[in-house]
Amino acid sequence: MSDPRTAIIGERLKDVKNVIAVSSGKGGVGKSLVASVLALSLARKGAKVGLLDLDFTSPSSHVILDAGRQKPKEDKGVVPPTVHGLRYMSVVYYSADRATPLRGSEATDVLVELLAVTRWGKLDCLVLDMPPGLGDVTLDLLRFVEGAKFLVVTTPSKLAFETVRKLLDLLKEAKVPVIGVVENMKADDSQWIKGRVEPMGVRYLGAIPYDSRLEENIGDAEGLLRTRFGEAVREMTGKIEASP
Amino acid sequence: MKWTQFTFMHEWALAEAVASAVLDMVDKEGLKTVSAINLEVGELQQIDLGIFRFALSELFSGKLKDARIHITKTRASLKCRKCGHKWTFRKVGLDESEREAIHFVPEIAHVYVKCPNCGNPDFEVERGRGVWIQSIKGEKKA
Repeated sequence: MSDPRTAIIGERLKDVKNVIAVSSGKGGVGKSLVASVLALSLARKGAKVGLLDLDFTSPSSHVILDAGRQKPKEDKGVVPPTVHGLRYMSVVYYSADRATPLRGSEATDVLVELLAVTRWGKLDCLVLDMPPGLGDVTLDLLRFVEGAKFLVVTTPSKLAFETVRKLLDLLKEAKVPVIGVVENMKADDSQWIKGRVEPMGVRYLGAIPYDSRLEENIGDAEGLLRTRFGEAVREMTGKIEASP
Repeated sequence: MKWTQFTFMHEWALAEAVASAVLDMVDKEGLKTVSAINLEVGELQQIDLGIFRFALSELFSGKLKDARIHITKTRASLKCRKCGHKWTFRKVGLDESEREAIHFVPEIAHVYVKCPNCGNPDFEVERGRGVWIQSIKGEKKA
């Protein structure tokens, strides 16, 4: 027996020029915020941008964007709603934002189902808000979405970077392109992360300063773009767009 | 299930996936024509077979145009990972919006369905999740 859904994924993504997977080795480093604000920043520069939340058991981009009010439409599949100028898709549209306990193989099935039925149309960039770590969704993304490029988020923490180092090693072994590493929540001038990223042959894209005003702007897309966090992400979009 | 535009559209996307996968199999197996396509459709996804067949017939052309489509519907069997209790999807009481969510993403059953014996949400769908291609039959190229 064979699963027919995987055969249509390439067709569904054929008009998407770039897929950027915003990823990290562990949770709590700000992946969802970086993914959401990066998507907003690219869209504000005139690009057609999609955002897909692949953190099925702990989705948060819908809270960051206050995306709960819109719903996907059906047109020979599922057409994502437009949220603050982004074509946005999340499993919360089906879970009613309730707890979604999934085993790894079940998360794989959700990934395949969403990739098989979602019609993104023409996009300059599809940003993926990845779950943390090297689990099934990350491995299946490498399996099913050819050409995805990874943007890796860390914090200044040695513990966070230890998990990021393993993710970077995996991506290098799998010959997956890495756009670079973003250091989030930076509170001092330490070069410790940069000093470890660059010798790995990976680009250090820059630091996002710790921003105490970020939390009060959660749910306010325009407010997020005006924070120091938003400014720092916006400054990086040029480097990210220029990535080969 | 109602015969609505809403459901038609999801069945169409899955039928497109089947057509694409069958064409990949035709290329791989070096078939000239396809005479039969055997599909399994799991109950959990609540696919309307009439609409699904219609979508397949619209999408099948070229080497697939004369293919006989045989669909086996599999009852969804669920098994609790905690207490081992087994039950069927039919015995689950869900409202229309919950059923609809499971229709789109069958794993969403883990949000709305609990083991009727112990209340645990961690269960396995042993059989009957969604669409599978069992086999295709056809004439090989000379």
